Amino acid sequence: MTDPLVQVRGLVKHFPLTRGVLFQRKVGAVQAVDGVSFDVRRGETLGIVGETGCGKSTTARLIMRLLDPTSGEIRFDGQDVTKLKGARLKALRRDVQMIFQDPYSSLNPRKTVGATIGQPFAIHGLAEGKNERKRAVQELMETVGLNPEHYNRYPHEFSGGQRQRIGVARALALKPKLLIADEPVSALDVSIQAQVLNLLLEMQRQLGLTLVFIAHDLSVVRHMCDRVAVMYLGRIVEIGPGEALYGFPRHPYTGALLSAVPVPDPDQRVEQRELLSGDVPSPANPPSACRFHTRCPKAQQRCSIDDPPLQDKGSGSEAACHFPLSREEVAAIGVRSAR
Amino acid sequence: MSEPLLRVEELRVEFPTEDGVVHAVDGVTYEVAAGRTLGIVGESGSGKTVSSLTTLGLTRAQGANVSGRILFDGDDLVALADERMRAIRGNDIAMIFQDPLSSLHPFFKVGAQLIEAVRVHQDASKQAARARAIELLGLVGIPDPRRRVDEYPHEFSGGMRQRAMIAMALANEPKLLIADEPTTALDVTVQAQILALLQRLQRELGMAIVIITHDLGVVAEMADDIAVMYAGRIVETASAKLLFAGPEHPYTWGLLKSIPSLSGTRKEQLVPIPGSPPSLINRPPGCHFHPRCPYSQPDHARVDPRLQPAPGAPTHHVACLLESTVRRRLWAELSAGRAPEQARATVGLPEERA
Repeated sequence: MTDPLVQVRGLVKHFPLTRGVLFQRKVGAVQAVDGVSFDVRRGETLGIVGETGCGKSTTARLIMRLLDPTSGEIRFDGQDVTKLKGARLKALRRDVQMIFQDPYSSLNPRKTVGATIGQPFAIHGLAEGKNERKRAVQELMETVGLNPEHYNRYPHEFSGGQRQRIGVARALALKPKLLIADEPVSALDVSIQAQVLNLLLEMQRQLGLTLVFIAHDLSVVRHMCDRVAVMYLGRIVEIGPGEALYGFPRHPYTGALLSAVPVPDPDQRVEQRELLSGDVPSPANPPSACRFHTRCPKAQQRCSIDDPPLQDKGSGSEAACHFPLSREEVAAIGVRSAR
Repeated sequence: MSEPLLRVEELRVEFPTEDGVVHAVDGVTYEVAAGRTLGIVGESGSGKTVSSLTTLGLTRAQGANVSGRILFDGDDLVALADERMRAIRGNDIAMIFQDPLSSLHPFFKVGAQLIEAVRVHQDASKQAARARAIELLGLVGIPDPRRRVDEYPHEFSGGMRQRAMIAMALANEPKLLIADEPTTALDVTVQAQILALLQRLQRELGMAIVIITHDLGVVAEMADDIAVMYAGRIVETASAKLLFAGPEHPYTWGLLKSIPSLSGTRKEQLVPIPGSPPSLINRPPGCHFHPRCPYSQPDHARVDPRLQPAPGAPTHHVACLLESTVRRRLWAELSAGRAPEQARATVGLPEERA
């Protein structure tokens, strides 16, 4: 099959801002996700990067149907997720699973690990019978590198990395088609982070999973993902294969992000770094047209009038920019992944 | 080099708890000279924060047993009376913390908090202190400081709050600034702004900086010298150039090999450090790292390694029981992309685990 597993078209999610207690008047909206379109191909890993508040987690929640979109379409395996109800929705929940950022708050402290990992089986009426379920759970624990004898332990008896393994086991219990990992390693120490990343790659290889990997750490995303989407204020500003996007970023925001990453090599210290000025504008009142124009070093008048669409810029990735970066500019701002 | 501004000698900090004594810092020695930056790297629970809090006398109230010496500008801070410590804290030594939201008081205006920081240590009128607060906010790059000075912390963005914290730390032109994970809670572009700000301020004010972080990228960017901590001890210390060019300790190798690179070959396997950091109550005997070390030998569980100069590099200290020639060959193998097991086999190190 060559059709994409997930097709997102014109996805919009606005959270209303209201005033008043009894008669709530709508006074505006936080435009968390505002017109996002992308595909997730079968078996690939799509990375979504961006800074706090860019809408990457909201996008994930929309795909999961944990939130209802304001408008737009999400097709998962051919069916429109946004209109699912009842048994069909429950089936979706089985096919799409999520791993969360914080391994501490995403596990119920009063449930044993066995109960936590076994919960998906209980919900979907699988692996009935005490012994059978226990066997299934212990098998999963073994797969993700946990000691199956720890079946009856509680989350507090595990370290951060082990807890994230529990989260992975729970997510894999129902053999999902799509796994969404929302900042799965950002709460972990570096040495443990590598363990969890390796586990995810290994699981993907074994089970043929499709992965949506959300993170703010650009090196981690580069390592994990086939394709990468860069989000800024609710929009995708650039999307393409990791190689192309990191090697030759076209959108000035992608360039600024990549240039900002400190590299563990003192010989590569950048003297001339592209520093973005100011802060990300409020998503309740985003700038007109290109949302990056208020901070963009290349912005011209056109950028505040004419909204640039995502377009192939001839270097392998699609960027939403009227004045994409040239190779010279990429080198000048100190993007160390440039090639 | 002239007399260091801060010299920590054999610092030990222990916390007695119901479960036993927590050996948070265990015989740590380092120094920083004026205008220089020391980076302390390590994972959670390696003692990097506790050693800095102790420098500011902030572990006293928690009933910590502190021994060793902290020499700052002629004084031994460990033995200093609380009152004199208060005069130094926030004045000669200032600290910025990881989470700028919880380190600013939500009830008071940012300006009021800055004015307080100034007036605690200086005999300044309210107007003069306010003028200074506005000047400080401008110095750290907050736009429109005259208006911003009367705003509350919740009206500031994350990056601006961290700038305000830096402004507060700089209120009395400290000689030493301790920055504990100053950018961990921030996005990359904001992180780049804050790091550039710290570098600029250091150039302008000539202060010494101790930056504590788990991010090897940040230390490579900022630090002149680096100390790597593990389980309460410094396991390796050298200039940034030496440390990244030829790391000597297997733990440092582990850290370097477990971070993905921005430009390297994709899906080249990361090499994580197996296991997790030890409890600081029951530390492994001998070399504290031996249970997680792929190259450990039987005697490593008995002998406690001391920090010693690496042959040929008197400023590069490492606490490892392996022969330095063996270490260098191992690192050569690892940097060529070999897995730890292969490297060990090539170098001919027996596989006996301690």
